[in-house]
Amino acid sequence: MTIKLEERLAATLARLILDPAAPPARHIAVGAASPIPAAACWLVKKQGHPVRLSLLHKRSGNPFSEGSRELFDLTGQGRIDLFFLGGGQIDGQANLNLVGTGQWPGGSPQGGVRFPGSFGSAFMYFMTPRTILFREEHSARVLVPKVDNISAPGVSEPGVFRRGTAQALVTGKCVFSFSPERARFSLASVHPGETVESIRAATGFDFDVADDVPHTPDPTEAELALLRGPICDEMLETYPEFCARVFDRKLAA
Amino acid sequence: MTLRTPEHTPDSLAATVPDGALLALPPDNSLPSVALARALVRRGAKRLRLLGVPVSGFATDLLIGAGCVAEVQTSAVSLGEAGFAPRFSAALKAGTITVRDATCPAIHSMLQATEKGVPFMALRGLIGSDILRNRPDWKVVPNPMGDGVSDPIVLLPALSPDVALIHGVMADEAGNVWVGRRRECATLAHASQRVLATVERLVPGDMLEDERLAPGCISGTYIEAVAVAERGAWPVALLDEYAFDAAHVAEYARLAKTEAGFAEYLDRYVLNQQAQAAAE
Repeated sequence: MTIKLEERLAATLARLILDPAAPPARHIAVGAASPIPAAACWLVKKQGHPVRLSLLHKRSGNPFSEGSRELFDLTGQGRIDLFFLGGGQIDGQANLNLVGTGQWPGGSPQGGVRFPGSFGSAFMYFMTPRTILFREEHSARVLVPKVDNISAPGVSEPGVFRRGTAQALVTGKCVFSFSPERARFSLASVHPGETVESIRAATGFDFDVADDVPHTPDPTEAELALLRGPICDEMLETYPEFCARVFDRKLAA
Repeated sequence: MTLRTPEHTPDSLAATVPDGALLALPPDNSLPSVALARALVRRGAKRLRLLGVPVSGFATDLLIGAGCVAEVQTSAVSLGEAGFAPRFSAALKAGTITVRDATCPAIHSMLQATEKGVPFMALRGLIGSDILRNRPDWKVVPNPMGDGVSDPIVLLPALSPDVALIHGVMADEAGNVWVGRRRECATLAHASQRVLATVERLVPGDMLEDERLAPGCISGTYIEAVAVAERGAWPVALLDEYAFDAAHVAEYARLAKTEAGFAEYLDRYVLNQQAQAAAE
């Protein structure tokens, strides 16, 4: 069975979660419509690492007892170690735009496209020790030199309270790591079929490149077995279409 | 035990909501009264200012499409898996509504300030975002508990909606409404001038006397009126009572791409009382 891109991305995210150089991930929250980050978190957990997963938007049940504000209260206190964010636009300084393009607030009569909105990003990005940015679409439309509107900034002025920022940006084509000191991405690995040149051609922002950029490793047989078996079981109720498409498994009627 | 039918219906409650009201709605996963939103469309409400607590979904898009809305304050508007909210996007493009963007914990905090009766709450984050830049009502001050000059922090004013619309699972004879663990609905109720609730069913007695039910209740102290509306959250989910009707919301998203399609949707599911009665 060939390795699907979704499986490769989930295994890649799992390795970033377990990166020993990053602050520990004891409690991870995963937002709505994020089957690949959710699969990555399950992979970490099913490999036996002690981690608490709070999966928002489960179809049944809920990790919280105090309503949706509890996620933000936990994060405000520093009890959520890792969160995932994306963006309609992401720029080279890891600024996120979830609001819209064109004049504020996006999609106005003057033009541009309106995205849904910031959700909690303008808070979570500051208050979580680390954020993994994930956006499967890797194009110059998404990865821009400068976002039209900043819903959450990648770096802050000195003196502004901030626990962390982006650790990395994972796309359908590559992995970038982020340096908050330099406010700049560098190319960490390219997925099979991609080259430094193809990444440059598809990316609107400038980034650093080491002399020798490795390929993103394949998921191991053990990782694939976990993803296709027990992790698919866990995800079937919340993400039935994803499980049908990627793992060829249907929810029993 | 069957209780008497109360005097209220969703339409009689909607008749008490004035045009121009600041109207709060929980999002699709947290007990919005879609039955009351449909009744507001039928009554032809105008110039409503909607508040998403903390984000907005199906009911907001429906009210915007029907021309009931002047302004939306929210942290996001989306139909979930069915994608962007089509009537919201169209109204923004046409310039017929204004949107005041917030971020989720800011909306919770503004309601919590009202709940506590204090003029503001402080919130971390936000500094350097264009959301803050576009909110002249939010202020940045040096942390007054620090050295008084460093550590900038955002202050958010207390926010009190005129009316909150909530759909609970059940209401009792004392006027308490059970919403389970969706405690943001309780904060919203505590912070609102008026709460109008619909419920699936009425139950006898007083749930606050039951240790197992009391933690999931909004006390009747905060509830102005209750109407029974079976499947009143439909097409969104209601806890473990019924699931999100993804097929219906996808049909809505498809029809609501155009004004004509949206009008067809309203005719079929909102304005036609018989269809409405069958659905609920």
